[in-house]
This record gives sequence, structure tokens and C-alpha cells, in this order.
Amino acid sequence: MKKYLRAITLSLILTTLFTGFVFAQDDTPTDNEVNKVAHQLYCPVCENTPLDVCPTEACRDWRELIRTMLAEGKTEDEILQHFVDQYGDRVLAQPPRTGLNWVIYIAPPLIILFGAIILFRSLKEWTKPKVATPASGEVRSEASAKRDDYVARLEEEVKKRK
Amino acid sequence: MFAEFGYGVLLVTFLVALYSVIAAAYGAVKKSASMVESARRAMFLTFPLISIGAASLIYLLVNNHFEVSFVYEVTSLSMPTYLKVTAWWGGQAGSLVFWSFLLSGFASAVTLRKWDRDIEFLPWVVVVCGITLAFFLGLVVFFENPFTRFWLVGGNVESHMFAPLNATIFTPEDGQGLNPLLRHPGMIIHPPMLYLGFVSFVIPYAFAIAALVTGRTDDRWIRLTRRWSLWAWLFLSFGLVLGGRWAYDVLGWGGYWGWDPVEIAAFMPWLTGTAFLHSVMIQEKRGLLKHWNMILVILTYSLVIFGTFLTRSGVLSSVHAFAESAIGPLFFVFIGVTFATSIALIIWRWPQLSGETEMKSMLSREALFLLNNLLFMSILVVCFWGVIFPLVSELFTGQKVTVGPAFYESATGPLFAALLFLMGVAPLSAWGHSTIQTLGRSIWKSSLAALIVTLILLAVYTNNIYALLGFFLVSFVLFVTFQEFWRGARARQKTQDEGFFTALARLMGRNRRRYGGYIIHISIAVMAIGILGIELFQTETQGTLAQGEELNISGYTVQYRELASWGDQGKGVNYTRAVVDIFKNGIYLGELNPRIDYYAEAEQNMTIPGNRSTLRDDLYILLVDWQPVSSGGATFKIYVNPLVNWMWIGSLLFIAGIIFAAWPDREPVEESLQKKVTQRTSQTSAAD
Repeated sequence: MKKYLRAITLSLILTTLFTGFVFAQDDTPTDNEVNKVAHQLYCPVCENTPLDVCPTEACRDWRELIRTMLAEGKTEDEILQHFVDQYGDRVLAQPPRTGLNWVIYIAPPLIILFGAIILFRSLKEWTKPKVATPASGEVRSEASAKRDDYVARLEEEVKKRK
Repeated sequence: MFAEFGYGVLLVTFLVALYSVIAAAYGAVKKSASMVESARRAMFLTFPLISIGAASLIYLLVNNHFEVSFVYEVTSLSMPTYLKVTAWWGGQAGSLVFWSFLLSGFASAVTLRKWDRDIEFLPWVVVVCGITLAFFLGLVVFFENPFTRFWLVGGNVESHMFAPLNATIFTPEDGQGLNPLLRHPGMIIHPPMLYLGFVSFVIPYAFAIAALVTGRTDDRWIRLTRRWSLWAWLFLSFGLVLGGRWAYDVLGWGGYWGWDPVEIAAFMPWLTGTAFLHSVMIQEKRGLLKHWNMILVILTYSLVIFGTFLTRSGVLSSVHAFAESAIGPLFFVFIGVTFATSIALIIWRWPQLSGETEMKSMLSREALFLLNNLLFMSILVVCFWGVIFPLVSELFTGQKVTVGPAFYESATGPLFAALLFLMGVAPLSAWGHSTIQTLGRSIWKSSLAALIVTLILLAVYTNNIYALLGFFLVSFVLFVTFQEFWRGARARQKTQDEGFFTALARLMGRNRRRYGGYIIHISIAVMAIGILGIELFQTETQGTLAQGEELNISGYTVQYRELASWGDQGKGVNYTRAVVDIFKNGIYLGELNPRIDYYAEAEQNMTIPGNRSTLRDDLYILLVDWQPVSSGGATFKIYVNPLVNWMWIGSLLFIAGIIFAAWPDREPVEESLQKKVTQRTSQTSAAD
């Protein structure tokens, strides 16, 4: 019984794969399929405009090339690789995670973490009472805290008016 | 004639600016009031002078003097006069003159203020403004001269300021004309707004440096420049918004913000400026963070110069473009020297800048403001690094890389979310001290309300987890902020015996900065709705349609009716305009007209979308391509941008909020102490 089920599943998968394949062979890829790949590419001439929305003639030709390659049954990765081989890493929307490029992904989190640590340590430093305050300071009621703050402000105010 | 005259005037302006720097510094060091006064007048003189120089340039632009190379590059016979005037800032040389013109105007306005008890700041403010002005004018006079003309030398056309030997002037018949993309109304006011924002940040910086040099490091400089900073922030924000709207209307890629280096260059000073506006409040209220505020204003100044440089020069495209551009290295050196000098001044004054009080709690308002600053700085780090990394990569490996939107979005997304969260919490925390209990007590109602909204959205709108988190934060901020208005007005209503709305209006009028700030918080939350909508729910499709065929997307049906092409010889533009009918769930909604304008002289296409905008979503249709015979069909790209209109609504509210906060108070600044006391006691401690 188990074997039987497995055979059915396998044949189903195979059929799906096969018909999928035939389907891809028959139809020219739609604009949406082309754009999906093109969105991940930048042509070397049009600075900062992704290929799927770039209106220039050259970019139109690139999109047709993608369509042809899709029709030939190439995968997304193969197509991207083709453009990288031809024009270098810069055609990719993101720097590939190799070599020096790792720096772009690692540096910001490190710097931010560093900043957070500095901030946290300074906060700790600042919140530590510099002079020994009366022990009651900790359990002071909120009202009296408010009151102190108010007096402090008043003093500040008076100081400024001098 | 006008070219030589204009150039001469700019040269004189440059010298006057230099004189003001020297005289001011000398006067300050030797304590000579008359020298300082002379410097002040020199600074004041630069404005009429540069205005005359600019007027000469405008005269040449308007009257088609194509023998002037700048006029040739940015105007053409077919351009209307108002565009010829605005072509002033359509190219690099002209925008440098424009920048100097604005700076000179602001610096002059500052020198006119009553200096009375701040007189020791005056010479150093003049020095800083004068150095900046002289730098920009120096670039104009020696490197990017807008008055250079074409000369025919032995059969070749060369461009020089003054006639070479045996040369005759060469006048092309027509100019190249302004880049069609820049002929949009948004592009006409966007650069001036951005520049106004850039330039007005020079003034707080100048005061900060003056405070450092004179050693008067209390918060006086901050109080003096508070309004300047707000106006600067207003212009910069407005400039960014206009730029976004321009991109949405003209660039034809379905969005308003593409994380382009040039956009980021304008965004970076906004980030530090925003952090500055928040953190100066800590110094004013608590006397803390003096070093940090100095650093922020210095960073903002450096980023302003950096941004000016990037937005016009295109040097980011490669290391070589940078090295070849005459002014690239100069900018680099100028930013480096001013930054290093400023930091050196801070280090020199370090002991005087230490805090007057101490921080009491990690949950106090000031601690949360610091967290806010950390987040803004983190976004800055991501932006800066993303912008310069391609150059770094090219420098070290020779390999150029592209840093696209996905990098920025994934890196800044969580940071923006955290900022939203803080925007909800911080207004509830008190200056000086807050505990989990006090904070929790004021927060729970809003959190609960936001949670209910989120659950409703889950039931009827989306199950996207990021969207739900985003909408939770947005509604949280909105509830908290509205509650703040409500509480303040109620408190005042009770103590002052006024009607609710009178109480609300008076409350806001008396605390412009605070309630202006809250309006801005609300507007950010509203903008966030639009950003979440377009970022998370945008759908797109593209297809080629024969007449009568249709495309379906997100409930809309777009049917292609017809297409027409015609030329406008006078303007040199060829229009191709499609007519498509729009249906939603079978109901006819009207027609849209996406079109492509082809500018022959610039050989450039402009893709103008047909856009149907509602509060729910935008149906944004682009004409991508068409067959010469219209029955052959036309290709359309269609976006549905949900909620994006909230982005623009929020932007308008944002601008209104800043204007509200920056508007001069009717009442004298020094209110009677008694009044302040009654007001204060009428509010809860947290509300301050």
C-alpha cells in the first residue's frame, strides 16, 4: 500500500514537472516574468534605474534578451550569472556576498552596535548618582519627586532671568 | 558685456567675503569693535553684490545668449521665459551661484539682528558664513564659471572666460535646453527648497562654532538658532517631499523614493538635523549633552556641503568621475578641513561642555531622546555607507557594485519601526525621571486601543505580519498623541474655565514647539500608513494589449481604447497619448491617459503616468511601448499602490506642523513666571 502511494506521488510529481517544462517551452515568457528577473538587474549605463523600469532603448534590448533566455529554459540564476559574466558585479541590485563586499553588510550593524554600547555605558555613568544622596532618595514618593523637579525648574528659570 | 560684468561682480563678491572673514577674525582677536563692524558691513554688502551677479546671469539666460556656455547647456529657444529663469539652478555652475546667493542672503539677515548681549558671537558667525561663502564663490570664480563663453580659435570652438589671442566669439544658433525631466513644476521649486534647507543649516552651525570659540558654551547659541533650525528643517523636509512627488509624477517607475544616492544625499542632513532638533531640547531642559549637540550640528553642516556637492556633480558614478571633476577634490578638502577644525574646537572646549545635571533614569524623556538619536544616527550610518561603498569597492578591488533599494530597506526598516515605537513612548515619559510603573500607567490605554485596531485589520484587511506590526505602531502613535492633546486641553479647560476647543487652541498656541511637534508626530504616523501600503502591498503587471483588450490587476480592469501621436514643433516635443478605460468590479470609473513625451533636442523620453488616486489606492498606469500601427497594440505597465495617498496627506500635515512650531509667538518670550507656574501645575508632570 505504502509503495503504491509513493509511486503515485512520484508519477504525479514527474507529470507536473514534465508538463511544466513543456508549458515553458511553448509559451513566450510574459512581461511579468521578464520583469521579475529584470528587477534584480541594473544596466551599467543608466545609473540607479532598475532594468524593469528603465525606458532606454538599450535596456529594452536587455529585457528582450532575458525573454529569449527564459524561453530557452534558463533559470533566473543562470540569467543573472550571464549578465554578471558579461558586465561585472555592478549589474546586480545588491553587491554579491563575496570578498570585500561583506564589509557593506557587516559594517553598519557593527557600528550601530558600537554606538548602542557607548550610549548604554554613558547612560549608566550618568544615571549613577555622583554624590551620595540620602537613602530615602530611592523610595521618595512620586509627589515629592515632582515637587523637587518643580523647584529645580523654578531655580533654573530664575537663573535665566538674571 | 553682461558676461564680463557678471563675472567681475562675482569676483568682487568673493573678495568682499574674504575681507569679511579676515576683518571679523582680526576684530575679534584684537577686540576692535570697529573692525568687527566693518566685517559685518562687508558681509551685508555681499548680498546686493551677488544679486547683481545673479541678475546678469538671468539676463543672459532669458535673452538666449548662447555664446555663454552655461546658457547654451541649460536653455533653448523653445523654452518659455519662466523656465529660462529657473534654468539658473538647472546646471552645476548656476546652482553654485544660487547656493551662494541664498547663503549671502541668510548671512546678511543674521548680521542685521539685534546683537546686544550676544555681540561676542557676531565676528565668529561672520567668519563661518564668510568662509563658506568664499569657498562657494571661489568655486564659481575659478572652476565652475557660469559666464564662460565660446570662442572660435583657429577653426576650433573653445570655451574661455576671456578672449584668447586672435579669437572671435562663437554663438551657437540654439541651446541644448534644460533636461526635460527638470521642466516639471516640482523640479522648479524642489531645488530651491532643498537649497534653502541646506543653506539655513549653516546659520546654527555658525553660532555653534562662535559659541565654541568664545567659550560661551551655555545653551544661548541653541536658543538663538532654534527658529533657524526649524525653518531649515522645514525647507529641507519640503524639498524632500517635492522631490518625491516629482519622482512619482515624472520618472515613471511607480514610486517616489528609490534610494538613489542623490536622494540620500539630501536625506542625510535631514537625519542629523532631526536628531539635532530633538537633542537640543535635552540641553535646554536639562543642561545635558552639550558635546553631542555640537557634534550633531557640525555633522549636519558637513553633510549639507556633501549633499550640495553630490546632488549636482554626479561624481558618485565612479572614482574617476570624482578625480576628473575639478571641484570634487576641493569639496573633499573643504569638508575635511572644516570638520577637523570643528572637532578640534570641541575637544579644546571639552571640559566647559560637560553636563550641568545628571540623568536620573534610563526611562526618562532625555534617555529616550538619546535612544532616538541613536536610531537616527544608525539610519545615517546605513545611508552613508551605502552611498560611499561603491566608491570604496572600486578603489580597493577595481570592481564597481550597485547598492539598490533592497539593501537600504532591509537595513533601515527595523530602525524606522523602532523610531515609531519611541515616538509613541517618549511623549509619555517625564523629564528627569520615569519608572516602568509611571510609563506603564500612561501607556496601557493607547496600547490596548492600538491592539484592537490591529485585530480589526487582521480580520478585514491583511494578515501580513510586518504590515500588522507597522499598523500597530502607527495606531499606537496616533492614540498616544491624540491623548496628549486631549489631556492637555482637558486640564486647561478645568483650570481656566474655557470651552474645550478654546482650551485646546490656547494650549497649542502657548506651547507651539511642543504641539507643533505632536502634529509632526501625527503626520509621520500618517505618512507611515502610505509607506507601509506601497512597500508591502504594491502590485504590478505588464502586458501588450490590442485595442479592446484588457489587463486585470487587484480588482481593476484596464481596457485599451486608442492611442494618438502628434508633434509640437514649437516646443520640439512629440506626444504619444493612450486612452484606457478603467473598471473596478465591473463598474466603469473613467479613462486615464498615460503618455510618453519625446524631447527631440535632448533625445529623451519622459513617461507620464495616468494615475487614478483615491485614499484606498492609486491605479498608476504607464505607457511602456506601442506599435506604430495602433491596432498592433500598446504595452502598459500598471501598478496598484495601496494607501500611498496617505503619504502625501501626511507630508502636508508635516509641513503644517513645522510651520506651526516655527511660527513666531505672539506673546513676548519672557512670560511672567507666575503664568508659567500656573500652567505647569495645571499639567501633569508627564505632559511637559
